[in-house]
Amino acid sequence: MTAHAAAHATHGTHEHHDMGFLRTYVFSTDHKTIGRQFLVLGLLMMILGGLLALVVRWQLAWPETPIPGMSPFLPSTGGVLEPGQYNMAFTMHATIMIFFVIMPILAGGFGNYLIPLMIGARDMAFPVLNMLSFWVAVVSGVIMLSGFWVEGGHAAAGWTSYAPLSAVPSYTGVNWGQNLWCISLFILGISSMMGSINYITTIINMRAPGMTLFRMPLVIWSLFITAILLLLALPVLTSAVAMLLFDRTLGTSWFNPSGGGEPLLWQHLFWYFGHPEVYILILPAMGIASEILPVFSRKPVFGYHAMAFSMIAIAFLSWIVYGHHMFVSGMSPALGMAFTVTTMIIAVPSAIKTFNWLGTLWGGRITFPVPMLNALAFVSMFVIGGLSGIFMASTPVDIYIQDTYFIVAHIHYVVFGGSIFGAFAAIYYWFPKMFGRMMNPMLGHIHFWLTFVFFNLTFFPMHIIGVGGQMRRIYNPMQYEFLQHQQHWNVFITFAAIGLGFSQILFAINFVSSLLSGKKAPMNPWNANTLEWQAPSPPPHLNWGEKLPTVYRGPYEYSDPDAKDDFLPQTQPPLHGAGVRRRH
Amino acid sequence: MLDWWLPENVSTYGRDIDWLFHLIYAITGVTLVLVSVALVAFLIVYRDRPGRRARYTHGNSTLEIVWTVVPALILVILTFLSAPAWSKIKMSQPPSDFVVEVTAKQFNWQVKHPKSDKVFLDEMHVPVNKVVLVDLKSQDVIHSFFVPQFRIKQDAVPGRTIRAWFEVTKPGKYEWPCAELCGFGHSGMRGWVYVHTAEEYQKWAAENLTAEAKPAAADEKPAADAAKPSGSGKPAAKPADTKTGGKAKQ
Repeated sequence: MTAHAAAHATHGTHEHHDMGFLRTYVFSTDHKTIGRQFLVLGLLMMILGGLLALVVRWQLAWPETPIPGMSPFLPSTGGVLEPGQYNMAFTMHATIMIFFVIMPILAGGFGNYLIPLMIGARDMAFPVLNMLSFWVAVVSGVIMLSGFWVEGGHAAAGWTSYAPLSAVPSYTGVNWGQNLWCISLFILGISSMMGSINYITTIINMRAPGMTLFRMPLVIWSLFITAILLLLALPVLTSAVAMLLFDRTLGTSWFNPSGGGEPLLWQHLFWYFGHPEVYILILPAMGIASEILPVFSRKPVFGYHAMAFSMIAIAFLSWIVYGHHMFVSGMSPALGMAFTVTTMIIAVPSAIKTFNWLGTLWGGRITFPVPMLNALAFVSMFVIGGLSGIFMASTPVDIYIQDTYFIVAHIHYVVFGGSIFGAFAAIYYWFPKMFGRMMNPMLGHIHFWLTFVFFNLTFFPMHIIGVGGQMRRIYNPMQYEFLQHQQHWNVFITFAAIGLGFSQILFAINFVSSLLSGKKAPMNPWNANTLEWQAPSPPPHLNWGEKLPTVYRGPYEYSDPDAKDDFLPQTQPPLHGAGVRRRH
Repeated sequence: MLDWWLPENVSTYGRDIDWLFHLIYAITGVTLVLVSVALVAFLIVYRDRPGRRARYTHGNSTLEIVWTVVPALILVILTFLSAPAWSKIKMSQPPSDFVVEVTAKQFNWQVKHPKSDKVFLDEMHVPVNKVVLVDLKSQDVIHSFFVPQFRIKQDAVPGRTIRAWFEVTKPGKYEWPCAELCGFGHSGMRGWVYVHTAEEYQKWAAENLTAEAKPAAADEKPAADAAKPSGSGKPAAKPADTKTGGKAKQ
């Protein structure tokens, strides 16, 4: 079987050459290339999103002082950020991180790379659509970036772009910036739709023989559910930004009361998309953790079915909790009460997942390579992010903490502590498969520990200043007497954030140097069971030899007492004839 | 630990909010400690050691049921405990003859006190231990009425009038920021709520709310205040230009 695969590998490489550079590396229809393209797109955009965050932090710690290195960009003030530019910085930080970093890396990158490989398919169901999905996302990114150069600056109404602030140019002084923001997200919505249809079709139709739904790895379950959420949620945002653009350019009044519109309509549409979006960002990371914890505990995942069904429950519930973003918006208080109930309920599946991760570790034989450390960080940080969410679910408490830094702390524990640690775990874990080379473990350890420590030093104190009342999106906390006694925290947070930013240089060095000169990766460096590790590193075009792999068992059969090794690949035929240990 | 940083509470329903806050704080705090201790303990106890094989188990249905039902029960109880305070604050507002009309605009609070048409900018005067009803409007974008010590936050939405209320238990001067991003001057959009004793309030009202008393003082403030947040450089658009949403104010 191995020899077979190797023979096909050379054959596959040969095919690559036939297609020429452009078809192989640029306009490729190979899901593996498209996955890597999305990954690189996300990592490059992360640099910009991170720098914008540091600009925001500088202003909050040392308000209205020149930002080092910014004077070429802000010549009129010598590097001092003005209020409008500050609003633009945090608006674009969030927009870029959510739409152009986390979604491309997790759903775009790992979704594309892993789905066909882990279900035993040769490619996506619609390879050309897949390629289009990436290049349309690039067009969207270029349009988004172009907004920085237009007169009046880029969008500055927050990533939530509440109308009518976002709907009437004179309210912010931003004209084409906000228009381009709408156009870019509209196009990204189309890209996401092409991707999600592909994922869903592929997972339903193209699983290898024996790969039943409940033999699928949990990361595939998570990407499947994410794709369904993307398919149903993104079009709502796509429509909403189109309506916003019409309000701004054609004089419609969907959201503007002076023309008979309704500002809360925007919030309903936005959060109807926005809350599933939070799960779009976190579900793949949950799947990644569920994949990595069993491998490095050498144990089957605890409660496979509970894990899969809790994700399905999250997907259903995520549609009916969005109103908790609007408790103080003027929405009917009776509706608020209803959303409290659903929000409390959606905490339950998250709790189930957390306990099952703990159960996976229990009784294991745990080792701590870099992917495992990042997956463990994901679990512990997600616990904090999840628990702080309960404060907001309680409507009376939410009245006080809404729009404070408590919310900022919460969202960053979920999307950085959760999604970004999940992304790091995934990169360290699958890098050998994706690029055929191992990452440097020493640099990886240092990067992990610095990131973990600085992350907590940056975001935990935000709970404190939030409880102290500091509002989000304010330009200068020193303008308020009741916030002045806690300004030292803002200075502290900014120092930690700078440390967090610098720590990522190690990751960049590790990524690039491993790509060029890392140790050659074996086929299955982690002794894992899932299908992608039964293909060469990196897998050839069309992934498998002449015959598709056959799947005989679930993905997490580690330390089976009947087996010689402590792992049993999904493709290995049954041990003692048919019917033994028929699990999943 | 977190509650050390809560600002002093001076409103009647603030007590209910703080009580819930502390309750959730205790529940989540205990949960966090238990989960973290279990996580770290497992990592130490079950670390890889020579000669030991991992336990081969796929789960445990009893445990699954326990850790589904227990969190669900706690959360249901929390929901029921949250309902009375929410209802008190939002759904059953106490009656009162003291109605203040607040119309937000970029970047000021415009205040009309009871029995007076005079508009005050960024200052509100109310008596202590009296239910104050606020009719909240906006003439341009969404703003949010926030007084940290009162534990009140309510968005002001153009096109509608939203009634909020509070009752303060301690006289004093309280900062009144806007909590919803409302444009480049959002930061620094704030007023002050002066809470007087009943007699002092009567005295203040007699001196200031009658038509002839000091009419000019309040009206000159907007220009100065709008310029304040920009710090350096010129704002991209002047707040005075933003008339588009003006129709919202009836």
